[in-house]
Amino acid sequence: MTDFIHHSAGIELRDVRIELGHGKDRFTAVERINTSIQPGQFVCLLGPSGCGKSTLLGAVAGHIPLAAGSLGLDGEAITGPHPDRGLVFQHHTLFPWKKVVDNVAFGLKMQGVSPAERRDRARELLALVGLSGFENKYPIQLSGGMQQRVEIARVLINQPRVLLMDEPFGALDAQTRWNMQQLLLEVWGRVQTTVLFVTHDIDEAILLGDRILVISHRPGRIREDLRIDAPRPRGQDWVTSDEFVRLKRHCLELMREAQQPTVVASSNGEPSAVFA
Amino acid sequence: MSQLESAIAANAADAESSGTPASAGASGAGSGRLALRLASLLAFVLLWEVASRNRLHLLLVTFENVPAPSEVLPALWSLLQSPKVFHHAGNSLYRVFGGFFAAALVGIGLGLVIGRSRRAADLLLPPLEVLRPIPGVAWIPLAILMFPSSELSMIFITFMGALFPILLNTIHGVEGIDPRLTATARSLGAGRFRLLPEVILPGAAPSIVTGLSIGMGTSWFCLVTAEMIAGQYGIGYYTWESYNLQRYADIVVGMVLIGVFGMGSSALVRKLGVLLTPWYQIKGARSHD
Repeated sequence: MTDFIHHSAGIELRDVRIELGHGKDRFTAVERINTSIQPGQFVCLLGPSGCGKSTLLGAVAGHIPLAAGSLGLDGEAITGPHPDRGLVFQHHTLFPWKKVVDNVAFGLKMQGVSPAERRDRARELLALVGLSGFENKYPIQLSGGMQQRVEIARVLINQPRVLLMDEPFGALDAQTRWNMQQLLLEVWGRVQTTVLFVTHDIDEAILLGDRILVISHRPGRIREDLRIDAPRPRGQDWVTSDEFVRLKRHCLELMREAQQPTVVASSNGEPSAVFA
Repeated sequence: MSQLESAIAANAADAESSGTPASAGASGAGSGRLALRLASLLAFVLLWEVASRNRLHLLLVTFENVPAPSEVLPALWSLLQSPKVFHHAGNSLYRVFGGFFAAALVGIGLGLVIGRSRRAADLLLPPLEVLRPIPGVAWIPLAILMFPSSELSMIFITFMGALFPILLNTIHGVEGIDPRLTATARSLGAGRFRLLPEVILPGAAPSIVTGLSIGMGTSWFCLVTAEMIAGQYGIGYYTWESYNLQRYADIVVGMVLIGVFGMGSSALVRKLGVLLTPWYQIKGARSHD
């Protein structure tokens, strides 16, 4: 099988502020975001619903403009969407009119790769995500978990330097979600790309991430930068360990604070009002 | 979709498909139901025969001059035997398909542009909105003045009839495309110009097919009226001429032919639509857009 290893990139976020809405309804979704993500790192953005974590991901994808600050990929400013930064949503965005194999091959088609070659490559990626034999189905004919696998394969075919995932397993049942998390870790181990993963599920963040950036409620700020040094591969032993439970308790506390409309300390130590 | 939701949807879909004549006929309904349908058709013809034979007066409507099926059938047979039928049918089909294809080209083209660009919508839509409520029939006098031949003016009228359903459904289809799909395509490396064939056109295709199917119907509707006024050949002309010559049975022959050809061309468009949107035909695909 072909070599899957990608050239992964680092992400620099400097004083990022994003505003959403128009006119009177305009509000600050996230602000004062300062951090660097190392190439190949798996970083989870954890926060309550509506805290702006998905907005931040959208900005890194290049779909949402910044109000202030800068976003860089290996020192290059991010100005718009690019196949280097593959995006996976919670609900699949597969093209309903394309068969699975052609959905996966889409990125290569845009690069002008010949049909035979891009389909071969698509088959390899479908095998990587465990979907051999489903090449000629339409997306509607697959289950939710399978659709997300196709989605991941489609993004990976472009050999992205960064993989951006917006609650990709949020709509799946518990068993499927566990399988998909394990699959993602396995795939990530092989492609070694940088991952930015948005979730509101504490267990998921601690299971997957090298780092967890806990985001407070609107305007979203980095409440805490947690490092998870547990060895990989991570499976059932990890999620039932004392360390996992300790981290979970800590995150629950942070999430509880993040959700409440109280005065809390922001990441740079200044007190600021946070409203739910 | 949860399992309960899927089960309910599947159940509803079953009930629906067994209720519609077209799908049940295609999937081979029981012979009992087929017999019932044939009996219904036969009963209708029989009632008509009785009403015409007895020159029935029913308060507002009278069957005194309505030809009975037993008179229509021989008239139909004799028209089908004569070379005239090819002339009439050929002319009508040429006019309908000429106008329809032009309308499809213009309607889909304009619809894609208007649906994609706000500026194009502001620029093109206002005059179209004024023209839209004008029925094809109302164009007849002006069409005769505008075009060098009556042939072209009739094609223009079928064009106007088909244009708006196609245009509006195309705009509707383009506007209905999930913006996440275009965002994804761009993320995956599609430039502005690749979006059209890769996302916009297929995304709007089911709605375009609906527009084409409605447009084919209105096209026939407009043609027949146009032929009655401006034609020299054609099925609509034949129907009207029969009235003027007091060949009452031939009026009904003309009507039957219009019905058959209209039905046939609509079926053709539907069939083409199914071939062009295979993903949309899979069970459950329609509930997802």
